[in-house]
Amino acid sequence: MATGQTVRELQDRIRSMQATKLDSRLIPTHPAIADLLPGGGLKQGATYSVEHSATLLMALLAGPSQAGSWCGVVGVPEFGVEAAEGFGIDLERLVLVPNPGDQWLAVTAAVADVMGVVVTRPPKRASDSSLARLTARLRQRGSVLLVLGPWPQSEAMLSLSESEWSGIGQGHGTLSARQVTVTVSTRLGGRPRSARLDLDFARSPADIARSQADMTQSPALADRPELRAVV
Amino acid sequence: MSDIVRTMVLWVPDWPITAAVRAHRLDPDAAIALIDKGQVFACSAEARIEGVKRGLRLREAQARCPDLVVKTYDPVIDARSFEVIVTAIEELMPGVQLLRPGMCAIRSRGPARFYGGEKPAALALVQLLDELGIPGSRVGVADGPFTAEQAARTTGRTRVRVVPEGESAEFLAPLPISLLELPPLVTLLRRLGVTTLADFAALPADDVLGRFGETGAHLHSLSSGADSRPVIARIPPEELDAQVAFEPPLDRVDQVTFGFRAAADRFVQALVGAQLVCTILRVELDTENGETSERSWLHPRSFTAADVVDRVRWQLQGSGEVDTGLTSGIVRVRVVPEAVDAIGNHEVGLFGAGPDERIHSGLSRVQSMLGHGGVLTAVVGGGRTLADRSQTVPWGDRAILTRPAAQPWPGRLPKPAPSTVFPAPRPVHVTDADGQEVRVDDRGAVSSAPARFSASGSGRESRSITAWAGPWPVDERWWDADAHRLSYRFQVVDASGIAWLLVLEDDGWSAEARYD
Repeated sequence: MATGQTVRELQDRIRSMQATKLDSRLIPTHPAIADLLPGGGLKQGATYSVEHSATLLMALLAGPSQAGSWCGVVGVPEFGVEAAEGFGIDLERLVLVPNPGDQWLAVTAAVADVMGVVVTRPPKRASDSSLARLTARLRQRGSVLLVLGPWPQSEAMLSLSESEWSGIGQGHGTLSARQVTVTVSTRLGGRPRSARLDLDFARSPADIARSQADMTQSPALADRPELRAVV
Repeated sequence: MSDIVRTMVLWVPDWPITAAVRAHRLDPDAAIALIDKGQVFACSAEARIEGVKRGLRLREAQARCPDLVVKTYDPVIDARSFEVIVTAIEELMPGVQLLRPGMCAIRSRGPARFYGGEKPAALALVQLLDELGIPGSRVGVADGPFTAEQAARTTGRTRVRVVPEGESAEFLAPLPISLLELPPLVTLLRRLGVTTLADFAALPADDVLGRFGETGAHLHSLSSGADSRPVIARIPPEELDAQVAFEPPLDRVDQVTFGFRAAADRFVQALVGAQLVCTILRVELDTENGETSERSWLHPRSFTAADVVDRVRWQLQGSGEVDTGLTSGIVRVRVVPEAVDAIGNHEVGLFGAGPDERIHSGLSRVQSMLGHGGVLTAVVGGGRTLADRSQTVPWGDRAILTRPAAQPWPGRLPKPAPSTVFPAPRPVHVTDADGQEVRVDDRGAVSSAPARFSASGSGRESRSITAWAGPWPVDERWWDADAHRLSYRFQVVDASGIAWLLVLEDDGWSAEARYD
């Protein structure tokens, strides 16, 4: 155990010394998920791949949306708008491009130019060169790309498992609350990190975020000075 | 009586019908009715023969005349199509006052001199209307617009009636009092025993003023043939629309948009010259085989020249790509500002307008790739089904919510809402532990507990159900045979912990959404 710990610490040090780019700025997201992510949050210009879960996607989007980012959803015609609102995503700053067809890569790039967070689902594998162009564009614009499905150069892979519903029985009740395990694995290897997440829909998402921020004391959020627009 | 103006009034009977026939390209000989608030607002002669009349309820009108063509009454179409007529009349004789769509007044002195008499002038007007393809127009000439209007309404076969100067009172005398457009006064006068205009005119003017006030006195002078209202000629509005005709016709989207680019620049410059910006734009496209496509486009702020070209392109390409060919060549493109605003309200501020502008132009670029409806914003509205509740609006348009979200909507799904809503419900099979399909009887009871369901619809890849709830009946619009929808909703959780919203309808089970 102690050896494993040391090895991990050493790996972290090597990684931090090898980092070629400056510390990129973080975009706030759900605090419990942010803790699992490498760097403690969604990095601007990075790509994250999310495995088949719209819930996880919405949990990730809620934070940036509440912080004032515009969110674009490309190629996901089944995106549940009402659920998105329930998660605290501001619909006024949410733009949907349900059917980009063959032009999904161009559309994703165009949307990423102007939006802080972009969700896309590749209908097919794109060529490495076009992916590299998109990645460069994301870095330049500082947008975050969330991909539903696998992506070759993602910063981290997020998946959701061991979902347990409460409030529903055999022929009675309704779906009311859910506990899930969120697992984050990174490109650089290392052990996947996971956490148990409580999705209680009776409370407002802002409450959840606040209580979890208190609980976990995520440095990314706690250190952020409170800014207020002066008009 | 020198202040009374000899007036010519042109009246087109059933103008709303004529306008609707022209706008919707209906058969003019069909039985047509325009419906406003569930009642017949106007009907064509054919419909009138069948017994349809104004004020009838829609159902009753349809019962009297089963092949009635029903359209919603739109006052905008009325006014817009009469505008063309007024412009044509203005070319023939100046000084036209629009009284209402379908009726206008002209000072008759000038035309009478030109055509050598009031009757020839009136006949020239009728002939013009016939040439424009508006049959059945009538013209009345008399002292003042009111008398002239009544003269136009009482023309016989000649379609022109001239009431000689100073004979208005005799002409109006036998007409009923209900012609005065003030129902409370008319009712009161009838009760007082005054049934014709002559009876009303016979009352002393001072007493009428004392009893009925200014309005009453005005109507009194109308009914005695002393209509002192002048004909105020309208000032023809400035032409702000731009059009380009293509000869030979162009059949490629990019050619048309390129050809329209300069005209769009001129269009916006002309608006700027008039210190206006356009907020709603109408684009009209005429094709070689005589079809016209017309559409209004909204803009969140105001149209620039590039925006105008974009709208023309989107209307041309529909959902296709930029380089798709068109089915028939475009001969004419016309853009009309439908709503304008003072330019001062749309000046870009020094601060604060930056990011929004950037997002708008970025999304407009995506729209130019995918078409106007390719980029959507969403609004949560009211309703019971998921499809009703989430409404999408193309970027740049305003949301029109027919079902307000603030109402309680009993029967809607309890929170949380499903995160994945299938655009089209997917057929599934739901079976109980013995492999029998689960049904719901007329009393809303489940035949047996659902145990397995297959998400693919083919029966393979079946998932076992660990928890379920339902059935929740949704019985919508049971009073309307066409719109009636009875369904039972179930929430089920499968073994992998993913919950589904399943719906049972007459034609079987389907999965409407997933809580993944």
